[in-house]
Amino acid sequence: MTRNEPLLTVSEVSTRFRTKRGRLRAVENVSLSLEPGETLGLVGESGSGKSVLGQTIMGLVSHGGKTTVTGTVLFEGRDMQKLTRKEQQQVWGKDVAMVFQDPMSALNPFKKIGTHITESLRAHLGLDKAQARERAIEMLRKVRIPEPTRRIDQYPHELSGGMRQRVVIAMALACDPKLVIADEPTTALDVTVQKQILELLDALRTETGMAGILISHDLGVVAGQTDRVAVMYAGRIVETAPTRQLFTSPRHPYTEALLAAVPRIEQDPHTRLESIEGGLPDMTAPPQGCAFASRCKYSRQQCRETVPHLVPSSDTVGAPHPHEVACHFPLDGRPATDLGMPRLETLDDRVLEMEAI
Amino acid sequence: MAGSGVAHLRTNDEPVLSVENLVVEFPAGRHQTVYAVSDISFDLLPGETLGIVGESGCGKSTAGRAVMQLPAPKSGNVRIDGTELSSLSASALRRIRAKMQMIMQDPISSLNPRRKVKHLVTEGPRMWGRQDKEALEKRGRELLWAVGLDPDMVWERLPGELSGGQCQRVCIARAMMLEPKLLICDEPVSSLDVSVQAQILNLLEQTKAEFDLTMIFIAHNMAVVKNISDRVMVMYLGKVCEIAPSRNMEHQARHPYTRLLLASIPDPDIHREETEATPVIEGDLPSPLDPPSGCRFRTRCPLATERCAAEEPLLREVTEGHYVACHHV
Repeated sequence: MTRNEPLLTVSEVSTRFRTKRGRLRAVENVSLSLEPGETLGLVGESGSGKSVLGQTIMGLVSHGGKTTVTGTVLFEGRDMQKLTRKEQQQVWGKDVAMVFQDPMSALNPFKKIGTHITESLRAHLGLDKAQARERAIEMLRKVRIPEPTRRIDQYPHELSGGMRQRVVIAMALACDPKLVIADEPTTALDVTVQKQILELLDALRTETGMAGILISHDLGVVAGQTDRVAVMYAGRIVETAPTRQLFTSPRHPYTEALLAAVPRIEQDPHTRLESIEGGLPDMTAPPQGCAFASRCKYSRQQCRETVPHLVPSSDTVGAPHPHEVACHFPLDGRPATDLGMPRLETLDDRVLEMEAI
Repeated sequence: MAGSGVAHLRTNDEPVLSVENLVVEFPAGRHQTVYAVSDISFDLLPGETLGIVGESGCGKSTAGRAVMQLPAPKSGNVRIDGTELSSLSASALRRIRAKMQMIMQDPISSLNPRRKVKHLVTEGPRMWGRQDKEALEKRGRELLWAVGLDPDMVWERLPGELSGGQCQRVCIARAMMLEPKLLICDEPVSSLDVSVQAQILNLLEQTKAEFDLTMIFIAHNMAVVKNISDRVMVMYLGKVCEIAPSRNMEHQARHPYTRLLLASIPDPDIHREETEATPVIEGDLPSPLDPPSGCRFRTRCPLATERCAAEEPLLREVTEGHYVACHHV
């Protein structure tokens, strides 16, 4: 496999907000890259910084006022943080587009469906009214909205939640962007509709060859939709790997715990779930060492003292996408056989292993 | 049900709760009616957990609330421990409601933001005229311990100072203060993070065992419902599609809608992804203002025939304890 030039390179990006309680470190020293046509999943719980990272990449959160952004976000070689407002407007919607969580608040209730889509077509592609309308109808058809010629003249409230999210996707894809950032695109939808939307996004990605960043708290959603996954915790990426590898052999204790906490349909009823006790640390005063140390069942002295950095695990060094993990004592990467069951054996093994060291 | 029927009710045993032919309708203006719950029946044996699952608008929350008579259903019987609720006077109903407690979806907004945890937890018995403040405080603290909170830490706090998971724990402790028989949980974990969701699910199981509770657990997530329930009832547009024991239900389920729900679960077990191809079912939920005739699922059902439009399927037993309302399975 030959490596393409990255479409997006994020280097050492930190985003901080000045709040009443002090400086809140929302994103801490994040680096990642994305090739054309590739889809990256960003997973984490609420407060992990995944949405702020998405917005920082987009340039929606930028340096100034109460916000500090350091590091660089290069999109096709251009620094997204250094664009002027006018340049941003040329990039947003045309090269990079975003799909938000709540389709109702992403659409203007006073504007017809058509206007939402034609607006960017006319601004970016310079189409005239008739051409833009035609293309908008084509876009609605593309996102599988039945009767697009009728729907285009309706208002958002006349559509169901699933249909509205299709419109939001059509808006994002109207100008053939190279990168789409989807922030929890299906969280507000019912499961059956979620499945439809995820399948649609998947089909559209294949059709158009665009790259994507899928932000979600739902491991299941990310598993079926991405090439690679980055797991975030307390503003940092704690583990990143090709999707299959991450889900079959997680190396960070947080990823492992997160996977074990999800109830699975094939488990027997009343199976005790492995929960992660405690909560996220206060990000205005982050702990000295690893942010997960206080909740981690494997934590040791070193974890509470120094922050682990993201390093490729030894057996995947040199791979195009190495399995990287930020942990002083990463798991051995053995396939998790029976996720969700208490894994006492593994724990004992690890303790023995460590004692041997 | 997507039909009706009472074949699945267990008349021989003595259920804690028995609901028969429950109908809830709301006026929607312009002489229209929302048919929220249309003729559903279910019962619960002591110590049992019934999961009610379905998509938004299927009537699962309305059904849970109708059991509490919030609001009173249009018709149908709700009996708790043999007492028929619909014929009770307002004060008798109020007394019996203390036996049924609810846990709501959004733990933060279901607690008064201006009251401290100590007041929130002890409020129930005080409303019933309990004056022995010290005994109440002692019990309140015990219950906070039982739900995994340090009473000394949270006693003087306001809900806004606690996380969502902690607030949900306060809600559970608060419900337990009245020593209920029946706990109705309406999407208690939907607004929580995965790690906290697991904590609360484990806690509910533990609480149920400790306090001898019978539980109704309402949620949209099939895997969550299966985890906590003994039986699962699948609802669609105000009707029951299927009632099945939760064990092995992912293999046993027969109703096309249940199969659709099961197939729609986004699965983190990536190595299983290619196993079975399920038909994609297009379309959205029809309007509950004008539900389809016959079987209400027929507009989205891959098996639908003319019979489904003409005749409403009744729940019938397919294997022991497993009931399906469909003409074609």
